[in-house]
Amino acid sequence: MLQIYCPYCREMREEEEFSYSGEAHIKRPDNPEALSDEEWGDYLFFRKNPRGLHCEMWQHTVACRRYFNVVRDTVSYEIHETYPIGSQPSKMTDAALGSTD
Amino acid sequence: MQKYSAFGLLRHALSHHENWPAAWRSPDPQSNYDVIVVGGGGHGLATAYYLAKNHGIRKVAVLEKGYLGGGNTGRNTTIIRSNYLWDEAAQLYEFALKLWEGLSQELNFNVMFSQRGVFNLGHSLQDMRDIERRVNANRLNGIDGVVLNPAEIKEKIPLLNCSQSSRYPVLGASWQPRGGTARHDAVAWGYARAADALGVDLIQQTEVTGIRVVNGNVTGVETRRGFIGADKVACVTAGNSGVMAGMAGLRLPIESHPLQALVSEPLRPCLDTVVMSNAVHGYISQSDKGDLVIGAGIDRYNGYGQRGSFSVVEHTIQAICELFPAFSRVRMNRQWGGIVDTCPDACPIISKTPVGGLYFNCGWGTGGFKSTPGSGYVFADTVANDDAHPLAKPFSIDRFYSGALIDEHGAAGVAH
Repeated sequence: MLQIYCPYCREMREEEEFSYSGEAHIKRPDNPEALSDEEWGDYLFFRKNPRGLHCEMWQHTVACRRYFNVVRDTVSYEIHETYPIGSQPSKMTDAALGSTD
Repeated sequence: MQKYSAFGLLRHALSHHENWPAAWRSPDPQSNYDVIVVGGGGHGLATAYYLAKNHGIRKVAVLEKGYLGGGNTGRNTTIIRSNYLWDEAAQLYEFALKLWEGLSQELNFNVMFSQRGVFNLGHSLQDMRDIERRVNANRLNGIDGVVLNPAEIKEKIPLLNCSQSSRYPVLGASWQPRGGTARHDAVAWGYARAADALGVDLIQQTEVTGIRVVNGNVTGVETRRGFIGADKVACVTAGNSGVMAGMAGLRLPIESHPLQALVSEPLRPCLDTVVMSNAVHGYISQSDKGDLVIGAGIDRYNGYGQRGSFSVVEHTIQAICELFPAFSRVRMNRQWGGIVDTCPDACPIISKTPVGGLYFNCGWGTGGFKSTPGSGYVFADTVANDDAHPLAKPFSIDRFYSGALIDEHGAAGVAH
């Protein structure tokens, strides 16, 4: 069972209160019409799925209902950091964060 | 390979069963192979077996980082069925089911395939509409299926709570009589033994750490025991497929999730079929040694840790107790997790890749065990011919660009 800190409610709460929403920092293409099928498929379906540090979105479903980001290790499940949408993690290395476009 | 038979059993009884030969060799890796299969689970071993048997490719190695069948093959709930909605998926799984029906004979190894039937329960009018649609689609594809009403279900599963006053009343079910279960370890061992007899090298405790690609073609793999050359590399590594793809500079439309299962203490025979419910979300059967084998959905977060959260176990048990109040006092014996690689459309990827000689068979999600023979068969064909087997063609990775997804999520629900 994960214990997750909601950066909006400023409380450590049980995983059951939250919904997982997948990889974070995926930006919708500015001009979808201009993309090739490969680029659009990449945006829709292809994910980093790293074995290690992962930036991911969670929603605090039963409380503030807001989305925020979490840096979590996908092997140990240890949560390193939670931070609001629109900001970058402080502790991630560039290699783990990868491209944020 | 010493053929197993009743006569052999009798003969070995005379020497107190102390002289049985090893079921397979443990060779050191050769410097070069025609095909290297990465991953010694059921699918990988089946792939190696069919490469040798159907295509005469004998210089094959299976590289396994742990022990044979130690991943998801040994961690699933062993349910076998083929009642998928869409033609592409239904035909692939039905092909596998037909292979299951002759598998013990073919491998000369008792995989304990038991066609005890599979029930998929419906708890709402929409569930029942979906069930009727799916059963009709199945029958058009030549797959057995029957829609049952609660009275018929109650007759076949006396312990099931069919009360219409329960929170999620059972309104009906689809029933696939040819579905059932098999002994998961025996499937891995049976394929391993049969592949070994055909000259396949099964190399355990040898983790692949890199895939060597020269001029866009694969030339072999780096392992903990050094470089091993190969003309073709076939990756069948379930939860770690994304990691393997990364070694060749590829990405996959796959995310890895923990999937948990649990078994109870052994009970006297009380459930002679497989019961699944998408709505309350659990599935259950009773193994031949008497323990209830229980599973449900994945943990929603990405994970490689081979364990999940207790809340998922709790929901699973709630569902089982809703369906079978009589089991509420049963004590659970063991609980574990495996790592499943889930695709956006809940269908596998059996595919060539942009790298020449590199193939992937992955993305089976929560439903891989049932397809083990079919998966190995069509993947071996794909690898041997460098061209997709007709049944595998719709499962190419290209579908995530073309949009021709096979959306079994809606059809199969979450429980597989």
